[in-house]
Amino acid sequence: MEKFIFYFLAAAIIGFSVMTVTTRKILHAAVYLLFVLVATAFLYFLLNYNFLGAVQLTVYSGGIVILIVFAVLLTARVDQLLENVPLLKNIIAACASLLGAVITLYAFFTFQWQGSGIPEGAYDVEEIGLKLVSYGDGGYVLPFEVISILLLAAMIGAIMVAKNFRTDD
Amino acid sequence: MIEGIGVNDFLVVSTIMFFVGVYGFVVRKNLITMLMSVELILNAANINFVVFNKYLFPDMMQGYMFSLFVIGIAAAEAAVAIAIILNVYRNLKNINVEHLDTMKH
Repeated sequence: MEKFIFYFLAAAIIGFSVMTVTTRKILHAAVYLLFVLVATAFLYFLLNYNFLGAVQLTVYSGGIVILIVFAVLLTARVDQLLENVPLLKNIIAACASLLGAVITLYAFFTFQWQGSGIPEGAYDVEEIGLKLVSYGDGGYVLPFEVISILLLAAMIGAIMVAKNFRTDD
Repeated sequence: MIEGIGVNDFLVVSTIMFFVGVYGFVVRKNLITMLMSVELILNAANINFVVFNKYLFPDMMQGYMFSLFVIGIAAAEAAVAIAIILNVYRNLKNINVEHLDTMKH
């Protein structure tokens, strides 16, 4: 059963990603991107990573896609079509992507994955929270603090960039 | 762990997603669609982190934690990018990359 859900989600992810980059209506592209991100969140739920799936749903498909939709509505007319890609450019880009994908997949399939073989521990929210702020062995307090500074800087930077300064000219 | 589904099955999905993102980044000229392609690429990298954590090293949490951090960085990046895009649109009335050849000063 889980196998079929995985195949369904994989097909949805691949199909909607392709549609995101090939559709000519920009608002449709945003909606297909939303589908891709939601399917990825369900993939995380399927792997039993519930907190990560919830974060993916809220931050990615809740926050970023809404931001993108707002940007689309502020910058483009809804009925506007994206330009047709020139045939030569299309072929070159598709061939390059395909070549990259084939090489990467070849490397993946010939590599022997060796895991630690240790069964997984409990990944409840309590343990994640304690790990995030622990500064002992295997704690993540440094990246946690760095990312908090980064988010603050990004927020201030976004406000400063987007604010409408009246210039003299 | 899902029965009958190995690491490679997930890696196929994420690899295809990554290179679809690369293709979109190359062929599109609109800044917002390029941003969407970057989100696809980041999401593919995230799937890789999660799958390596789940299948290969389930006793450690590095993949889990770093995918959380990647999601946070993606949010910050999208916010700054969209602020820049709106500012560009206000100045140039256009958000195609080929028109972005003038700077303010």
